[in-house]
Amino acid sequence: MNNRHLYWLAGVLAAIAFAIFGYKVLILKFPVTPDRLATAWRIEARIDFNAHGGPVLGEFLLPRSTTTRPVFNEAFVSGPYGIATRDAGDNRAAVFSIAEATGPQTLFYRATLELAPATETPAPSPTPSLNRVPMNEAELAAARALLVKLRPRAAGISTLMGLLITNLRNARPGDEASLLLGNSRSTRRIVDTAIKVLRQGGIPARRVNGFALAEDRRQIGVAHWIEVYVEDRWLPFQATDGAAGVPPRHFPWWRGEQNSVTITGADRPHITYSVSMAHQFALRAALERSRTIGVNLTDFSLFGLPFQTQQVYRILLVVPVGIFLLVLLRNVVGLRTFGTFMPVLIAMAFRETHLIWGITLFSIVVFLGISVRFYLEHLKLLLVPRLAAIVIVVIGVMALLSVISFKLGFMGGLSVALFPIVILTMTIERMTVVWDERGAMEAITQAAGSLVVAIFCYLLMNAQIVGHLAFVFPELLLVLLAGILLLGRYSGYRLTELGRFRVLAGKDPQ
Amino acid sequence: MIGLARRLREAGVLGLNRRNAEYTLLYNQRRLYPLVDDKLQTKKLALAAGIAVPDLYGVIEVQREVRNLPRIIAGHDAFVVKPAQGSGGKGILVLEKGPRGLYRKPNGSFMSEAELAYHTGNILSGIYSLGGQPDKVLIEYRVNFDPIFARIAYQGVPDIRIISFLGVPVMAMVRLPTRQSGGKANLHQGAIGAGVDLATGRTLTAVWGNGVVDTHPDTLNPVTGVEIPHWPTLLDHAARAWELTGLGYQGIDIVLDRDLGPLILELNARPGLNIQIANRAGLGLRLEKVKASRDGLKTVEDRIAFARENFAAA
Repeated sequence: MNNRHLYWLAGVLAAIAFAIFGYKVLILKFPVTPDRLATAWRIEARIDFNAHGGPVLGEFLLPRSTTTRPVFNEAFVSGPYGIATRDAGDNRAAVFSIAEATGPQTLFYRATLELAPATETPAPSPTPSLNRVPMNEAELAAARALLVKLRPRAAGISTLMGLLITNLRNARPGDEASLLLGNSRSTRRIVDTAIKVLRQGGIPARRVNGFALAEDRRQIGVAHWIEVYVEDRWLPFQATDGAAGVPPRHFPWWRGEQNSVTITGADRPHITYSVSMAHQFALRAALERSRTIGVNLTDFSLFGLPFQTQQVYRILLVVPVGIFLLVLLRNVVGLRTFGTFMPVLIAMAFRETHLIWGITLFSIVVFLGISVRFYLEHLKLLLVPRLAAIVIVVIGVMALLSVISFKLGFMGGLSVALFPIVILTMTIERMTVVWDERGAMEAITQAAGSLVVAIFCYLLMNAQIVGHLAFVFPELLLVLLAGILLLGRYSGYRLTELGRFRVLAGKDPQ
Repeated sequence: MIGLARRLREAGVLGLNRRNAEYTLLYNQRRLYPLVDDKLQTKKLALAAGIAVPDLYGVIEVQREVRNLPRIIAGHDAFVVKPAQGSGGKGILVLEKGPRGLYRKPNGSFMSEAELAYHTGNILSGIYSLGGQPDKVLIEYRVNFDPIFARIAYQGVPDIRIISFLGVPVMAMVRLPTRQSGGKANLHQGAIGAGVDLATGRTLTAVWGNGVVDTHPDTLNPVTGVEIPHWPTLLDHAARAWELTGLGYQGIDIVLDRDLGPLILELNARPGLNIQIANRAGLGLRLEKVKASRDGLKTVEDRIAFARENFAAA
């Protein structure tokens, strides 16, 4: 067999891929590694409340999308609730309602945010009305006294804010600040008190509620700072020391002294927020650059697709990487697996479920599936109806696991959608045949082997760098293709064969 | 590790990748595979060429015909049920009629009529077939194996596997069932594999599991140095299999019947590589030798003579 044709083809494919890759990296400056300091974040708000049995009407305040702080890919997971967004003064709000609901309810809101650059001038906005906060005699007197004390010492709004916050932070028992603050010394209390005082002095001020976006966090607390209206603009001030500007790496979510959720027909809602880094937007600069050069890569690349479709390709484009590994493990290492590509499909499912839960789910489903399969053996069913019965059992088991895990407050159980039910069913069937023919050990060994291969595929496919390279440089697929073509003519020993044929080594063949 | 790979290469040991890339893919044309993958077709081919095969009692092709089973086996005390397109011996049942309408398996356990019908249905729906496609069920003659093997086989049917390349027999082994293999002649299930000297038809070293054995672990009779009867006929069948199917690289599985002599059980387009372990020799060098002299090997007699001369035990 003349392999020159093959080498030539593989060489050309790899050359094309590396040429495009090099152009994108060297000329267009596409980032080769995912940007560590991503400016985009995925944020998820989860609202839990207990409905009373009648109609429920609620309002959830949302971040407003601006040119410096865009909010994209918003999505609500609201079950039977009707959702509408509306303008609510300083904020945007999602109104959710249902005619009747009883018991625990959960709503989700997800969005991707981008942090504004550190130096930013707020846009002008119309003069707000000055809503003085009602206060009792003592508080009123204290606020006035504080203003009289601080105003003459302040040169402008910045120094006044600095003095005010420092004064509140260092409140001593008996002084005005202490009287205004009451028992609490929380940041929120300090912000609210500062606002009360400012408004009393005729300066419009409002609370800003937002989040620090610094690392991936499951539950993050709401951060607060102040905005003061000066010369047709709202200027931000930090609540720690009254310094001007938004606290570093903070994103404003809603403005005002109210809670983010108001609700009727249910108990006080409980809201949890979680944030995680989103890497895709680190590429913006590179895409902008390609636009200015005149190569419109955005329109003729995966980045031009709707976001939903992009998400699908994010998953699909790492599949070849997993398949490449599978070819290596099967043809060079010599591992045996159930079904040619089954481990890759399982690995794809692991992306959604994550490793530990994925392995648990796989083991439970296969174990229960096999038990049912052995029971069905007694009924002597024909193959296709038998497989159909197992499919139904597999789906039922997964639904049950989801419900149970959700009740236990474990979210992993909800992400089973991608689990390849049919593939699992075929695995169960093949496993029972091997079980019958070769014994339980062989069947379990092969199943465990498949699972190990799936774990390797998952670890590789889920590596951040792999996902980044596959999506940003899809031309690298051609390199994988070239590699697989070459492996297609690999005729050396498999690693496992070295052990198998060990006894034959070092002997004369004749 | 690298050193081990090099030593194996020097010994001419054939790996799965090399077998596929350089032999089966090149010498076995895809369109010819059905001839050997479907045992019914193999049987017809062999009969047309005058080669003996186990007598076919009946074929079941659709589920409805499963009820014909009792009629097919009427008048036969023993029979074999096998998938026409099975691989690796999967799905094969060797049965004898027992008391109260039950069927007796080689290991002594019994099977009911309903269980047999269920097994037949499973074969039809293709769970044992190569690609999982619907299959046919063959019911055929149960071999009464040659007494020479009675002393060195435990239950089950011992068979002889010969690899033939371009019509030249290149390596052979006898597979002997043991108690561990459950009566199956399958090496990785625990059967003994004994290499065979192509010149004399005498068994060489025998391999059981990962070790070398001289005696059968269950019967304790020697398994080396056993002379296989009808050896010239076996070589002849192996050599003629090339003309039969057109497959350049194939494995020929033959059983020896007490009364009928050698019968071709099946042909295999992707024969396994364990034969190398049984013979303690690599296939690679032998295959290259055949490739180098293929032009001079025109007739069946030439090819057999070549094999006897070149692949005799040292």
